[in-house]
Formats: sequence, C-alpha cells, structure tokens
Amino acid sequence: MSTFSVVSRRRFLQLTGLTASGLVLGAVAPRNLALAGILDEAQGSQLNVFVSVATDGTVEIIAHRSEMGTGIRTGLPQVVADEMEADWQQVKVIQAHADSRYGSQNTDGSRSVRDFYHIMRQMGAAARTLLEQAAAATWQVPVEECTARNHAVHHSSGRSLGFGALAAKAAELPLPALESLRLKDTANFRYIGKDVPIVDLRDMTTGKATYGIDVHVPEMLYASIERTPWLQGRIVSYDSAAALEVKGVLDVVELKAVDGAPGFNPIEGVAVLATNNHSALKGRAALKVRWRESDHSSHNAEAYLDELVARVEGGAGEVARQRGDVDAALASAASVVEATYRTPYLAHASMEPPVATARVTDERCEIWACTQTPQATQQAVAKTLELDVSAVTVHVTLLGGGFGRKAKPDFSVEAARLAAHVGKPVQVVWSREDDIRHDYFHACSAQHFKGALDEDGNVTAWLGRQAAPPIESTFDRSVRINGANWLSQSFASVPFAVPNLRVESHEAPAHVRIGWLRSVYNIPYAFGVGSFVDELAHAAGRDPAEFWLELIGEDRLLDFKDEGFEYSNYGRSITEYPFATARTKGVIRELVASIPWGEKLPQGQGWGLSVANSFLSNVAVASKVDVRDGRLRVLELHGVIDAGRVINPDRVHAQMEGGMIFGLSLALNGEITFAGGEAQQSNFHDYPIARMDQVPAVIRSHIVSSETAPTGVGEPPTPPTAPAIANAVFAATGKRIRELPLSKHFDV
Amino acid sequence: MKLTINGKLRELDAEPDMPLLWALRDLLGLRGTKYGCGKGLCGACTVHLDGQPRRSCQLTVADVASGKVTTIEGLSADGSHPLQQAWREFNVPQCGYCQSGQLMSASALLASNSNPSDEEISSAMAGNLCRCGTYPRIRSAIKSTFTDAAASATGGTGEGAA
Ligand code: FES
Ligand code: FES
Repeated sequence: MSTFSVVSRRRFLQLTGLTASGLVLGAVAPRNLALAGILDEAQGSQLNVFVSVATDGTVEIIAHRSEMGTGIRTGLPQVVADEMEADWQQVKVIQAHADSRYGSQNTDGSRSVRDFYHIMRQMGAAARTLLEQAAAATWQVPVEECTARNHAVHHSSGRSLGFGALAAKAAELPLPALESLRLKDTANFRYIGKDVPIVDLRDMTTGKATYGIDVHVPEMLYASIERTPWLQGRIVSYDSAAALEVKGVLDVVELKAVDGAPGFNPIEGVAVLATNNHSALKGRAALKVRWRESDHSSHNAEAYLDELVARVEGGAGEVARQRGDVDAALASAASVVEATYRTPYLAHASMEPPVATARVTDERCEIWACTQTPQATQQAVAKTLELDVSAVTVHVTLLGGGFGRKAKPDFSVEAARLAAHVGKPVQVVWSREDDIRHDYFHACSAQHFKGALDEDGNVTAWLGRQAAPPIESTFDRSVRINGANWLSQSFASVPFAVPNLRVESHEAPAHVRIGWLRSVYNIPYAFGVGSFVDELAHAAGRDPAEFWLELIGEDRLLDFKDEGFEYSNYGRSITEYPFATARTKGVIRELVASIPWGEKLPQGQGWGLSVANSFLSNVAVASKVDVRDGRLRVLELHGVIDAGRVINPDRVHAQMEGGMIFGLSLALNGEITFAGGEAQQSNFHDYPIARMDQVPAVIRSHIVSSETAPTGVGEPPTPPTAPAIANAVFAATGKRIRELPLSKHFDV
Repeated sequence: MKLTINGKLRELDAEPDMPLLWALRDLLGLRGTKYGCGKGLCGACTVHLDGQPRRSCQLTVADVASGKVTTIEGLSADGSHPLQQAWREFNVPQCGYCQSGQLMSASALLASNSNPSDEEISSAMAGNLCRCGTYPRIRSAIKSTFTDAAASATGGTGEGAA
C-alpha cells in the first residue's frame, strides 16, 4: 500500500501556524517562512511547510494538490527538488491532508502550476538556503562560500556535507526572509522542463496504486444509495424488508436532503449498508422507494433546448459586451450569415466513480476520498457533523480521473453521515449508474450568431447570443443567467478585430444540478464560436486558417474594459497575465506549419481547425476526417499549446493527447438527455466514451517554447477539438454540424 | 469455497452468485482489479481465467471455481512483465485507474498473438475504456514489445508523437 492510507500528521504542522494569514484568493504566497524551522527528531528535519530532510538524506516533499492524471503530484515536487538541489532519486513525495496552511488545495481550474510554480521555487530555495547556512556554521566559513549542489553542500575548499548530515542543524536555524531568497538561474534547472516520470508509475502498472475505492478501514461497511431520480425529489415511503433479507446487508438508512439549493449536499436517498459491495447492490435492488415529485420532475432536455433556441433566435438578451453599432452594420452588410448551435448536457464519467470512506469517533472524523477539494471536503463534513474543522482529517487518495466531478464533496458528506449513524466506518461507493444519473451535469446550451460581411469578405459585425443554465444555480436557485464570469470562457471574450460586436445572454433556469467539466463553458462556447468562424470563412470564400488570423487582427493586448465587459481572466490580473492576440495567432501559425494544411484530399476527406484561449493558455487543434457512407472516422488530431513555461513536457504532451481525445469523445458521443426529470442514460452502453478504435492513429502535440509565466494545461486542449472536427466534417462533406454530438448525424 | 488465484488456493466465504470482481476486492483484498461499470462495458475489471481475458464483474465465483484466475497482482512477481516495462517506458498512465485492465487485456492478446496487427490490437483493446485518453500510448507500448519501429508506427517521430 502506498503512503495514502494513514499518514499521521506531522508534528510540525500542529506547531506551526504557517501561512494561514498570508493566503489571499488564488495568490497563495506563504508569507511567513520564519515559523517553520522545527526539528522533528523522529523523522528528520522540517525546513518549511513543504519540505523536510531526514538524517539519512531522504527529502520529503509535500504534494498538496490532488493527482487525477495530470502528473501534478510529480510536477510541483519536481520544482521544489530542482530549486533546493535535491537528488530526485532521494526524494519521497508525501500527499498532504486537507490543511489550509498549504494554501488552496482546490485542484481545478488548471491552476496548480500557475498558482504554485513560484511558491514551490521559494520553498525549495528556502530549504537550500538553510542547508547552506548549516554547512557554513559547521565549517565556520562565510555562507557565500557554500553552494548546494546535487544533494550536498560544497565549500570552495573542496569540502562537502550531504543534506542528511546537515538536516538537524538546518532545522534549528531561523528561516530566511522571503525577500532574501535567491532563486536559481533558469539555465541551471535540472528537473524543471524535463520529462521526469511520474512518481506513481510503478504502482499504477502493478495494481498497487491506491484510489478512493481501494481504501480499506477495519470493520468498514459498504454503502450503496438509491437516490431520488429528479432534482429536489423527496422520499414518500420506502420498504426495506426485502433488502434486509439479503445476506450481508446489515442496515438500511434514510438520507434526508436539506432544503434549498443542492450545493454540495447529498441527494435524498436510501442507503443500504453491507459487508461487501455485492450485498449492498443486491440489497439496494430489493428496495422499494416511492418518490415525491418536484418542480423539476417534468424536465425534458429536448423541449428545454427548443425553448433556449427560441430565446436566442427570438430577440435581444442582456448585453454583456458591446462595440460599435451591430444592428446598423448588419442592416448595411453585403451579406449576413447566421447560425444556431445546440450542445447537450454532459456527464463526467471518470473511470473511478465517486467513492469516500468515513470513520467517525467521539469528537473526530476521518475521511479518505478521491477528492479534488480536500479543504472543501473538510469543511462540508465538519458542518454536517457539527464538528470543528480541525476535528476532521481528510486523507487524499489518488483519483481515478476527476474532471471537476470530484471537486464536489457531496460523496464524502454521505459517508460521514452514514458512518456517524451506524457507528462504524462506511465506504460509499457510487455505482456507474449513480455517477451518470446523478452527476453535477455539464450545462447544455443554445447559441445564435450573426455575422456581417462586406463585398470583400471582411467581417463588419459579430453578434453572439447564448442561453445555458448557470453553475451558480446549484448554489443559489435565483441565478438564471450566465454572467461575465462564464461568458469569459470563449463566448464574450472572442479576440476579434471587428468594428461592430455585441454579445448577449439569455436566461436559462436550471432543472438539474449543474457542475463544471474539464474546461467548463469553453466546451460549448468554443464549439459555437469555432464553428461560426468557419462558416463565415467559407461564406467569404476564404481559407479558414488565414481567416482566423485576419479576424483576430493585429497584435495587441485585450482587456475588453471600454466595451462594458468584465473579463474574468480566470481570476488573475490582466497585467500579470495579458490576453495577447499574438500568442493566439502564434498557435494557429505553428499548427498550420506542422500539417499539410491545404493539401488536396480524396473525396470524403477534409481538414478543419479551431483555436481557443482558455485558462490563460492558447491551443489550436486541427483534425482530418474521413466521411463515407454515413460513417465518420477521425483520422488525425494535431494540437499546439502555448502555456508559458512548461515543467514536465511529457506530461503536457499527455494532457494534450488526453484533452484532445476527451474533446473528441464528447464531440462524437457525449449526450445526456432528460425525460420526466430523469437522466435517460446510465452506463457506458448509452453514454459511450471514446474507445481505442475511435481514436485516430495519428495524434500529435506541439508545445510552443516559452519562458513566460506558466498557464493552464489540463483543460485548454479540450475546447478547440470539437469545432476542429466539425469543421473538418464540413470540409469533407459540405454538411455543417450545428448540433452535437456527431453520433446524431453519422455512424461514429 | 476455494479459488485458485495467482497460483494460490484462496479460501473465501462468498455466496455463489457474488461477482468475482467483488470477491477479489472486498473479500480477498486484491484491489488492483478495478470497478468501472459492473456491466462488462469498460474492461477495468479484466482478469485472466485460464489465460483468457475475462471481465471479472461478469463472472460469479461459482463460474471460476474450477479455473485458474490471474489478476494484475499476479501478472508478474515484480512488475517486470514486458508490457509493464513498456507501459513505464512510454509513460502510459495518466490517472492510472484503467491501466490494470488495459495491461490484463494486452497481455492476454500478446500471449495468443505475438505480432498483432493494428486492427487486432484495436479489436482486442476496444473493450477497455480510458477516460484520460491514453490509447495512443497504450498502442505504442504494446507494439514496442514486438517491434522496434513502434514509435514511428503511429505515423511519425515528431515532438509529442504518441
Ligand atoms: S467493471 Fe467489469 S467491465 Fe466494467
Ligand atoms: S489512465 Fe485514467 S482512465 Fe485510463
């Protein structure tokens, strides 16, 4: 078993009050390193909150973000090790529990490297400085003559001492001031920018890696929960007699929902607790539950999308961004192009479903969970059990995929409530059916666009109008419309140099729990925008790649301010992370240069491309497809990413490959529908995800070499993929796809 | 009831209709075999039964009483099966959750066909889903075990070619 199961809390964490007061939303600099120099005789020496060195030389580095497949459990420790001159072979990565002293552990929004690259360098530099000072003190020489290199400190005289030998002394020294830290010259990086294999590689290839579902606590019971099929349903009555007859079933427990918005609260349901999963599932199948209807039990996805379409086609919505006079430009245009796109609800379907284990004793609770949000889990569990946050320990396991679903702590709350109720540890295992039917669904959308062209095929006006149920509705039922925050995800933030531009938003009251899925609203919006640009290009008789470049226009920094649009910039300052059109155009140019764009293809084949700026990164994707006798094959996918400085290129390539395949999967097959308020899909037969034989044999990714601050990687490859494929389908067939998934139109 | 698992006779107290998957995981503590769908749709639970790849969620313990079961824990003693090595060489796993099943399907394929074509690989692996999208590297890793040209077999040797 790996170190996940029971890593007892280190003494230093109880003793230090490190960084709690230094935390500012997103910018998470631990301000006060001076509190951290505390010796732990048993374990070695704690040099700061993220680093300790044992007397045998083992360097322990805390991974405080959740590993769900991006490689972050390797990437950030890699930065620390490099900056402190540790030898990677002697580094042990320790997964952090939930603890606000690490800063945000909320692993989503493609921001682990963006938010922590610099801080991890500081942590490494602080540790290195202490080791150098310890050596200087030992040798009675000026510290300037001591240099840490490859796990030892060397003196100009030729003497050297290993990190292990210096550990105890280093830990007794006062911590260096943050401002005094000297960071390495980037030319001397040993691990940053290198393909370091992930630390879990061996465990993952031998079946030893521990995910949420693999946690085992003595005397633990397994719980399977039958939940209300529609939003805000309630139990009328239930009969547990037959369930209790099943061998291995020990208890049946009602889980009441709290009133109000769904939030992170459990859905109302009936839990069957048993000694093994088979008995729990069998017992659950024998339950008879009657559900009370709610305002949402007539929700029908098809009819709902029809309504949204009528709204976006019917007239003006709330204006989110405005430049010039769109109506006048449309009225005087040589030609007007218009189109409406529909995108469906989606489910996350990570291969490991949500699973959490809870043990509740007198005044404490321990949780083991595949969670993206350890601290939110800690808070939600503390709240439901009426405990102090400090009485809840959250052990973070590996995640068998997350994609945003496991950012919601509802499944840990379920486990905590059941464990408290039965007085034994409980593991709540969501079945695949639970996962798909009761997801925090990704929003469906309707989008309507109008473009005005002059005689020369130049775009003189752009109008975009959308309606999609907002994520906020999950937390506040009164929110019915997407505002600037979500419109900043590729809808109102289009980087186009057109003289007249207006973006509008319509209401779309939610009838299901809306969540966030890998790249969030960029998924639908980049599809609508990326497809409509291609429509305009063809209407203007232009090459789509050149058309994109001209539409984006000259090199400039965008801030949208004088157009009334509060661009989110993903929570970061626009001066620190400017929206530079040169970089958006740059990925298009590199992409086109890397493929035979414009080549003559046989009948039924075509190339398409699209681009999106998301999570402060730019990604362009091209796709080559073959369409014959109603059968669509994606033959090639190529992507170019500009994400600033890259820590682990191999993992960035892996995210590019995986993110494009994720986008392909959604484009081909992704669709959740509702009838009578109930999700109509339940498992991989009716919510298929891409199989090996649907994935192109040729997948290429290219990383733009850059020394600017790191930006997002996990999500940005997904948004441009669906429009690239749909645009290739148009090139191949002349058929414009305005409704996803592609399985509605072709055999995929 | 007794089952032969990874070459050892294991005793367990299970109802005959219990799926092998849950018997392995919940009763025997062999948790390398994963649950993904419970319906034979994802391959996460793949084991070998007498050398054949089978979905352990679709077998009951009674079905395998007379057979020999191999799980990921028994694929090799020390992670040295050529495919496990290839998986590491190509850095295949992302989240890693599906990889036990992928390795069990791939090893059964190679045991019966030491030089499969692309189509044969696709069809042998089509039942193993990976939400992270590691398919290109899985294909490359499988091919590397029988051809040196694996890297170029997927169409080139450029940067980031998977
Ligand atoms: S769990 Fe057995 S095939 Fe999916
Ligand atoms: S590596 Fe994550 S599901 Fe395959």
